Amino acid sequence: MSRKEASMEAQKAMLADYFRRLAAAPGERRPVVYTFVPGNLVELLAAFDVLPVYPEINALQSAMRQRSSGFIREAERAGHSEDVCSYVKCDLGMMMKGNVGPTGEKIPPPDLLLLSFTGCFTFLKWFELLREQYNCEVAMLHVPYQGDGVITQEMRDYVVRQLRNEVIPKLEKVSGRRFDEAKLQEHLSRSARAEEDLVHTFHAARRRPSPIDAYFGGVYYIAPIFTSFRGSEAACGYYSALRQEVDARLAAGEGPVTPEGTLAKERFRLVFEGPPNWTSFRDFWKIFYDEGAVAVASTYTRVGGLYDRGFRHDPSKPLETLADYCLGCYTNLSLPSRVDLIAEDIKTYGADGFVFHSVKSCNSFSAGQLHMLREVEAKTGVPGAFIESDLVDGRYYGHANIKNRVESYLQMLAARREGQEPPRAPEGSP
Amino acid sequence: MSDDLTDLVRDLERRFADLSLAHVTAWKAEAPGRKALGCMPVFCPREVLWAAGALPVFIRGGGDQLETIRGDAYYQSYICHLPRSTLELCLGGWLDALDGMLFPNTCDVIRNLSGLWSSVAPGRFSRFLDPPQTYDAPAAVGWWRGELSRLYLDVCAMTGTRPSDEALWASISAWEEPRGALAKLSRARAAQPWNLPADEVYLLRRAGDAMPPREFTRLVDCYLACAVARKARREDRIRVVLVGAFCEQPPLGLLRALERAGCYLVDDDLLLGAEDLVEPVDAVGDPLDALARAYLVKGAGSSVRYDEQRARGLELARRARSLHADGVVFAAPSFCDPALLDQPRLTRALDEAGVPYTAFKYSEDTGQFQSFREQAGTFSDSVKLWGRA
Ligand code: SF4
Ligand code: SF4
Repeated sequence: MSRKEASMEAQKAMLADYFRRLAAAPGERRPVVYTFVPGNLVELLAAFDVLPVYPEINALQSAMRQRSSGFIREAERAGHSEDVCSYVKCDLGMMMKGNVGPTGEKIPPPDLLLLSFTGCFTFLKWFELLREQYNCEVAMLHVPYQGDGVITQEMRDYVVRQLRNEVIPKLEKVSGRRFDEAKLQEHLSRSARAEEDLVHTFHAARRRPSPIDAYFGGVYYIAPIFTSFRGSEAACGYYSALRQEVDARLAAGEGPVTPEGTLAKERFRLVFEGPPNWTSFRDFWKIFYDEGAVAVASTYTRVGGLYDRGFRHDPSKPLETLADYCLGCYTNLSLPSRVDLIAEDIKTYGADGFVFHSVKSCNSFSAGQLHMLREVEAKTGVPGAFIESDLVDGRYYGHANIKNRVESYLQMLAARREGQEPPRAPEGSP
Repeated sequence: MSDDLTDLVRDLERRFADLSLAHVTAWKAEAPGRKALGCMPVFCPREVLWAAGALPVFIRGGGDQLETIRGDAYYQSYICHLPRSTLELCLGGWLDALDGMLFPNTCDVIRNLSGLWSSVAPGRFSRFLDPPQTYDAPAAVGWWRGELSRLYLDVCAMTGTRPSDEALWASISAWEEPRGALAKLSRARAAQPWNLPADEVYLLRRAGDAMPPREFTRLVDCYLACAVARKARREDRIRVVLVGAFCEQPPLGLLRALERAGCYLVDDDLLLGAEDLVEPVDAVGDPLDALARAYLVKGAGSSVRYDEQRARGLELARRARSLHADGVVFAAPSFCDPALLDQPRLTRALDEAGVPYTAFKYSEDTGQFQSFREQAGTFSDSVKLWGRA
């Protein structure tokens, strides 16, 4: 990055500090809990003073540092299929090679595997595989899927019962502490505070030019801090500073910061669906900013919660609010709800188009995406683009092909805007 | 083969080939108000549907009999084949005999298909079912009982049936019969696989996907009586267990190719969901509560169920040993998360137990079996040479 915002530097320092604390955890006898990003219970974990480890984050961080391919090869050599989620293989490969994390520090083994089964079947199998390697406590939290597009009281009660009967007792066991509801409430209050600032930041993309990139920037420095640090004073400070930074950019009429500086001219406003490619993250982003294309909203930044739709952690109902949070994550939404969300984003954020990045090894996101694309087009009258690669498996990222598709798609959007007939349909749009 | 058996197998083949479910339409026509509900693998609450007056019908894709054209437009090449052919069945009117569809939370593909269904079959009844994945009994039973109850009342409303505990108990008892018959079939096949070839057993069990329980029980009994009497010649083949966590079914030709390559299939996990409980439901208390409890504690394990006991690998090794199997053949649908993510755990357990295995992937519309045959043949030869105790 040529010029970084203070928030970008701050998040880097916070993550580095997090990995340092993680490496020091065994020495300090601090329990470590492996869990997943969607539906994570970070406030509850903090109430027990245990440290979370998110295998997906390790995988994507490894990919950004070009270390995932070796890990994936290692896992495939051990019999893991080329067809399955590359996050899983990257994580298992890392474990096979000594569990040295993305920053070069060793990630301690878990004291508890907290399987928050929220919106992705792979999670379940992933933890069954991890469990074979570690002789530790395991807690299962089954979060029912919003098949009918609603959260019912029965779903909420089911999750709360599991929190009481299964998750909290296991956390008490590994931490040696009693559950302190007041402490959980403090963390939840701080989460709610930071959520206001996070939403303000994402909503700023409604303005023209958008001061943020809600996909590339979103996954790089806006949303991740929420996963690991939600509920902490540090997160409150981070999001308050980020809000000020974004407000200053808005006042100055500045576009988002890209790896090559502030985007000079916003030419296209896009909504993104699906996880990014991490192995070539910067190249992938460049394809868009070179053309003046800015992401004004994205679905992947909502896997950790749909705050912009009004959800806030509510300290007055601590367990119920955790249940609602888990139930409401993007990955737990039905296909029609996902379609509605993208269509509304296109309207709310005044987008010219939308891009589906389909990931080869992720059934949770990808199965049904072609249909979703057509539904969004029908609902909005806006044409979409469909591109394909993978998350952390570099073998499936074809830069030239993706660049070609994106460029012809953007050309079509430009022609459309000028009232011309598009030169030709973009390759890759079904 | 006796004439009876020839006729029976021919009838099973006809049923298998009838994608339009004519036998379901015929069953519905026999009495007013009858309904039929389709259910995607791998779990179908048959007792609940049957008590409400609806015939449960497992839908397992279009296999290699259906050309998938429209269905392909819905899915990228890296998604398994089953949802495409299922959509093709729906769009082509092949599922018109059904009054609705159930989608259990088997994997993310079927889960997402449930959302897609409202667009391809608008106005038709469809329901997503989320069986418990936790073993926290109070939470799991409470949740699952609630889901079953909601389904029961909705299907009763559809069929015009008065909901009652008696009807539920009668249905629970009715479905114990085919379970018993299938257990007998499994034992007979393990004892004399030369008399019960894999393709026949498959066709027979597949017929049970869409048949009233008593009728299916009679069919199994009838087949068993004929098959064990046929006195086929026992050949020098290896005994294998076929494992793949199937949901998308392999083509019949693939099963035949395996047997022709020198294997006797003594057990398999094809048609998951057909044998859903390992023990009978406890007939006490509230029937829906009993069903929910049975699912939790007596439900058959599979790759789509959280394996709390960490026992699937050990169980597979034990099963192979108890069936005197010479080896295990893993056959999984391409891009199938449950099957492929499970395989490394299962193979590790087999390695530790010293059970030989081989593995391949297929798609339901695979038309070429030569490579499977060669691989299975090589496996069979090497087991005969080195592997037999
Ligand atoms: S959501 Fe997709 S990428 Fe994430 S763990 Fe599940 S399969 Fe992998
Ligand atoms: S074959 Fe596998 S991935 Fe496909 S629908 Fe069935 S269980 Fe899911």
